[in-house]
Amino acid sequence: MPNDSALSRRDFALALTGGLALAVLPHGAAALTEDSAKALVDKTVASINDIINSGKSESAMLVDFEKLFARYADVAAIARSVLGTAARSASDGQMSAYTKAFQGYISRKYGRRFREFIGGRIEVAEAKAVKSFYEVISTAYLQGEAPFEVRWHVSDKSGKDLFFNIIIEGVNMLASERTEMGALLDQRGGDLDTLIADLKSL
Amino acid sequence: MRGLKNSLPDMRFLRVFLLIFGVALVSACGNAVGPDGINDPFEASNRRVHDFNRAVDRAFLGPVSKGYGSAIPKPVIRVVGNLAGTLDLPGDIANDLLQFRLADAAQNTLRLGVNLTMGVGGIFDASTALGLPAKPTDFGETLHVWGASEGPYLELPFAGPSTLRDATGTVVDFAMNPLRLALPPKEAMAATALKLFSRIGDRDRYSETVESILYDSADSYAQARLLYLQNRRFTLSRGATTGTEDDYIDPYEDPYAE
Repeated sequence: MPNDSALSRRDFALALTGGLALAVLPHGAAALTEDSAKALVDKTVASINDIINSGKSESAMLVDFEKLFARYADVAAIARSVLGTAARSASDGQMSAYTKAFQGYISRKYGRRFREFIGGRIEVAEAKAVKSFYEVISTAYLQGEAPFEVRWHVSDKSGKDLFFNIIIEGVNMLASERTEMGALLDQRGGDLDTLIADLKSL
Repeated sequence: MRGLKNSLPDMRFLRVFLLIFGVALVSACGNAVGPDGINDPFEASNRRVHDFNRAVDRAFLGPVSKGYGSAIPKPVIRVVGNLAGTLDLPGDIANDLLQFRLADAAQNTLRLGVNLTMGVGGIFDASTALGLPAKPTDFGETLHVWGASEGPYLELPFAGPSTLRDATGTVVDFAMNPLRLALPPKEAMAATALKLFSRIGDRDRYSETVESILYDSADSYAQARLLYLQNRRFTLSRGATTGTEDDYIDPYEDPYAE
């Protein structure tokens, strides 16, 4: 009876922490503000710079990028949104395997481009409330390039301030990855398990 | 049997009717931008052009730009880019004026003057160093300012992603380029060659991005289309939101989320 035991374990955990968490969360100290949204982006940018300047090997840096991504981004929300309609019919087990594979995939994909960031800096200008989240507007100054705009979308819906989208001069990470993931899934005849397995090497 | 025989002409009529109605339906859809903000009624032919462009890049443009980037010293590549940028300025100024953007026209006129004098005939981009950054524009943007809609997405041979509005702009920019009209044929050809080399330099400079789109994505056509439309709309909106749903995707109110 695995279901029963899972349920009772959850019930037990709920009984233990549920009441307290429910009472605290809506007015929690971690409530998202303009300043906390900006602070998250500042911390993320500082961590990117630390990794780039660490002098580690590329493979070690990619590991660090994945940790950074897991720490400052809402990987579960990004992964689910990117999967689109296929997320609806996926089992919990598939979703957690997919989210884990996606985290590695997206970290490698963007981490590999770190060289373009060497010697560059990002200045955070302002944050404003949009829909249910905050948009942080920053400017990237990369060597030999005209400055360009980077927008970060930050939410606390996960219980923590985390970013879930980056928009570089209008080019939207969630939209771009939705297109990519849709195509990857189509190539595999819609088979999510094959996609999960393949994401690990993409 | 009689019933079947009688129904045959009707069937033919129905097919003709469906065909005409279907075409009308498709062209109606062609004008409607989907919820994803993409209007691509010519996708099938666009994809053929995309395959062609990819083949050209793989066999020719990619290797040539790599050779250009490694054989030619960086400062020379920069000079070629600067010259090409300065040669674009008369056209930019004309478009600024057509858009009634007098501040931009002034800035680009100043850039032209500074680059031609302090920049030694456009060899150096002295303006950017002086805090007068490039403000490139084109007739596609002018059409946008005049209220023309984007039109269907097009992928053009050699030129790549575009829209009906931008493709029209490209043709007009080429035909009406004040520089090309003012220069003698030989010099005009040299200017065109310079622009071509500048493009090859750009292909090398942004090779990581270009190659990740063309060769590393699962559907390079869809990826190039999305990136072009998003970036172009961003440029034309000048800092405002582009007005498509993609501006503010909220994964927390995703209808597919539990």
